[in-house]
Amino acid sequence: MTIPGHPGAEAAYDGNLMAGPLSELFALDVTVAVVRCRGCGASSEVATLRVYGPEPGLVGRCPGCDDVLLRVVRTPDAVWLDLGGVTSLRVPAPRVPLEEDVDRSAQT
Amino acid sequence: MDFVTRGFQGRPRGRDERLPPGQYLTDDFPVLSAGPTPPVDHDGWELWVATEDGARHTWSWPELMALPAETVTVDIHCVTSWSKLDTEWRGVSLDTLLADVETAADFALVHSYGGYTTNLPLEDLLDGQALLAFAYDGDDLRPEHGGPARLLVPHLYFWKSAKWVRGIELLLADSPGFWEQLGYHDYGDPWREQRYQGD
Repeated sequence: MTIPGHPGAEAAYDGNLMAGPLSELFALDVTVAVVRCRGCGASSEVATLRVYGPEPGLVGRCPGCDDVLLRVVRTPDAVWLDLGGVTSLRVPAPRVPLEEDVDRSAQT
Repeated sequence: MDFVTRGFQGRPRGRDERLPPGQYLTDDFPVLSAGPTPPVDHDGWELWVATEDGARHTWSWPELMALPAETVTVDIHCVTSWSKLDTEWRGVSLDTLLADVETAADFALVHSYGGYTTNLPLEDLLDGQALLAFAYDGDDLRPEHGGPARLLVPHLYFWKSAKWVRGIELLLADSPGFWEQLGYHDYGDPWREQRYQGD
């Protein structure tokens, strides 16, 4: 939901608050991931999201348009994740060795 | 213990007996929000009710104010475990709002300014159990607590009492709301401690 004139200035937290529950889901650090907003198309690092919560759940909103990008709820026996507000999530990952690098290392 | 809904009839009088399982008492009024407070003033405010066959009823703020209002004193229970006793609200009963709405719906999905939603069985909004509240403790309902008008359904966890209400969608089938889609209980009875799905 876009709220003209209210760019989320009331959010008490940024996306770093999501590091804990997201670390239960992802092997990589998702706070440095870049999400693309389904509403306005802006790309943002998760750490820069405007985050409301932490209870009843974490709601991460787009710094550009305030749409809900992702939500995380930790119940006693599950982690619930909603990524419905993003079109993509890009997580920096360790470089996969190229095939020739692997071949070369095998020869030495 | 019976589990029928209690509406505004209240619980037994002892403080401990009025505290549902897993709850603690607070004298504060914590503000929980899933987003920024939407800027809605009385001039721009409108409430709609839409039925399953597409009929739409609307009320402006003056039209809401012209309806008979009532004052209730109730206990409220948040799923995050705080409870607050003897809170005083003034508003229009949902029985009054829905009196001329013809529907065969069994469910309601409440929509808020700002995009929040929550779902309830329609019967939980009727029979003196729910108010569209516009005043708290004798004053206009402040924006951070849901003003201009919020739902008040005190027999369910307080996330069902949606702030900044702008519409009620009447449905033949249940449709989960903002938190109900993400692990929270579909009904949310504090006396049965229905916090999460499966409780």
